[in-house]
Amino acid sequence: MGGDKILLSHGEGGKRTRDLIRRVIAKRFENPVLSPLFDSGLLGCLDGEIAFTTDGYVITPPIFPGGDIGRLAVCGTLNDLSVCGARPVAISCSLILEEGFPLSTLETILDSMKAAAAEGSVLVACGDTKVVEKGNADGIFITTSGVGTLRDGWRPAPENVRPGDRVILSGTMGDHQAAVLIARNRLELSAAVLSDVAPLSSMLLGALDEYGGKVRFMRDPTRGGVGVSLNEMAESSGVRIVLDERRLPVAENVRGICEILGFDPLYLANEGKALLLVDGQAADGIVASLRKSGYGKNAAVIGEVTEGPPGVLMRTSVGGMRAVDYPVGDQLPRIC
Amino acid sequence: MQLKFIDEFRDPALARGVVGTIREAWGDRPPMRLMEVCGTHTVSIARAGIRPLLAGVVTMISGPGCPVCVTPDGYIDAAIGLGKRPGTILATFGDMLRVPGRESSLEKERGRGIDARVLYSPLDAVEIAAAHPDREVVFLGVGFETTAPSIAGAILSAAERGIPNFSVLSSVRTIPLAMEALASDPEVKIEGFLCPAHVSVIIGSDAYLPIAEKFGLPCVVAGFEPLDILYGIYLLLRQKIRGAATVENEYARAATPAGNRRALEVIARVFRPADIAWRGIGVLSGTGLRIADAFSAFDAEKKFGIEIPFAAEKTACRCGDVLKGTIAPPQCPLFGKACTPEAPYGPCMVSSEGTCAAYFKYGVE
Repeated sequence: MGGDKILLSHGEGGKRTRDLIRRVIAKRFENPVLSPLFDSGLLGCLDGEIAFTTDGYVITPPIFPGGDIGRLAVCGTLNDLSVCGARPVAISCSLILEEGFPLSTLETILDSMKAAAAEGSVLVACGDTKVVEKGNADGIFITTSGVGTLRDGWRPAPENVRPGDRVILSGTMGDHQAAVLIARNRLELSAAVLSDVAPLSSMLLGALDEYGGKVRFMRDPTRGGVGVSLNEMAESSGVRIVLDERRLPVAENVRGICEILGFDPLYLANEGKALLLVDGQAADGIVASLRKSGYGKNAAVIGEVTEGPPGVLMRTSVGGMRAVDYPVGDQLPRIC
Repeated sequence: MQLKFIDEFRDPALARGVVGTIREAWGDRPPMRLMEVCGTHTVSIARAGIRPLLAGVVTMISGPGCPVCVTPDGYIDAAIGLGKRPGTILATFGDMLRVPGRESSLEKERGRGIDARVLYSPLDAVEIAAAHPDREVVFLGVGFETTAPSIAGAILSAAERGIPNFSVLSSVRTIPLAMEALASDPEVKIEGFLCPAHVSVIIGSDAYLPIAEKFGLPCVVAGFEPLDILYGIYLLLRQKIRGAATVENEYARAATPAGNRRALEVIARVFRPADIAWRGIGVLSGTGLRIADAFSAFDAEKKFGIEIPFAAEKTACRCGDVLKGTIAPPQCPLFGKACTPEAPYGPCMVSSEGTCAAYFKYGVE
């Protein structure tokens, strides 16, 4: 393989490229669509309306507590399909590697991509690998696109959201970004914070199987967190959402780190959570359905849809009321 | 590390109880004008929605205790100037990045190529200097008594380890004399101070005795949790009802009467009191901390032969009046129109602890 680091020649199209692709990458994802290594993966005829999504993944460090960029790249795309009610069929995997990137780290990342794809019952249908000169990338960038087929008869329906509906969050907020922040800044904590990165397809599609149109609309609160996703949901549904601060699930150690650094977990990214706007009558049943999955065990109703101008408010723990707005830029650590 | 007992300080039943007690005790007296000096209190009050809970009982005025907000634009310009010197690394707390100087901000200049890095601790800046002996590392030393000990500690560490390429552009301020200036300003009309939590851990609650005595103003040191604040306000109202003007300490779990002796010693070793300009307010005598002559090798102003100008501010922005509490943010003509967190005109809109940002972000109307 030419040593233990990625070299420019791994991307130049010759023997090294071929070896890398066949022996390291394609070998892991072996399946009838990918394995012929045609210029396209041939998926055959798909049944139902097709959902199509894409996302680029860049993260420092590439391996973080609770996951790595590989698991992130698979789960992120699977979750984007799932919250639209699509059963994932196939994803692509495009790697941009920086010269000098350790081969063993690449293998770790590919292993977790493979595991996440297997867990999400999706095949890797096509891929691409490029190598750029040292300094021109941050180790590894991954882009995945995904194709899925919509579950019969269900589509996201923000227009059906109405007063009396409930807001469900499938688990604790902020774990992913807190884990990455801690890893990036080498903050020392006794209790480990792990990223929540996880494929949610079986949990969410299970809830749709049981409750269909009672689930109006779903999003995965990644970048910008629950606060931003809910604002976007309120906007697209044209409704007012009122959260109950006491019901917001936050892990004890995540809350601790937020208190110290002055962060609001409402705006921290999640990679294994979903927000659901659902029929008020069905809310408890849907929470119970989500809790059947290991990734939904802390699912909770966190608020409701009310009359009033579109936007997000929060009933605070001490009984006050305040706005939950879009943040501007990144949250920054407080000074004192 | 685990933080316990957060919920206890946000307990809804207790909060309802305190609010009820406050309303009952106060009756139909006219609202008491209280200043929360510290930006963290401002944010906590806004986030917990306390202002509407106590409408008609107290008028909460937000004070100048947000380190970013009171940093003059001349300081930002000086920092940008240093950052443009070849080979310089600026090290800063995150909040400073977006603060507008007269022409630009560190965030914009970073896009144009200056090397400005966000740190959590000034000691990290010393490590960067040790790792890059060929470059000058300038730490942007802003804040109050809370950050002063760690900035002083970084200077002492650099001195002990013999790291010559580390320096601090100091814009550190102290709180009690600034409170005296506000107390004696006839425009401001404060009837009591909710004193900062973390600052008081360092300087001790006795530091406010002169204010209580000289100006006859009730002072209560309170923690940053919603119940701390509600109970602190109750104590202030109770003093007013009784005609008292003393210092009470609601935050006794962390702040003592005498403060943190070691931190105060470190500050006294490295810094000397000096006059300093507060953005929008002007020069307040003796409220700054300049680096003592013994450590002038680490004083960026002296090292690079620059001076932070006491620049005049833009005129339409009423940050100064907001910082003094003579107007509430929505009374500024720019608020929410020409000045928003995305395109801040004044620093009170930039900082996460800024009064205007807190009103803008958490205001219900």
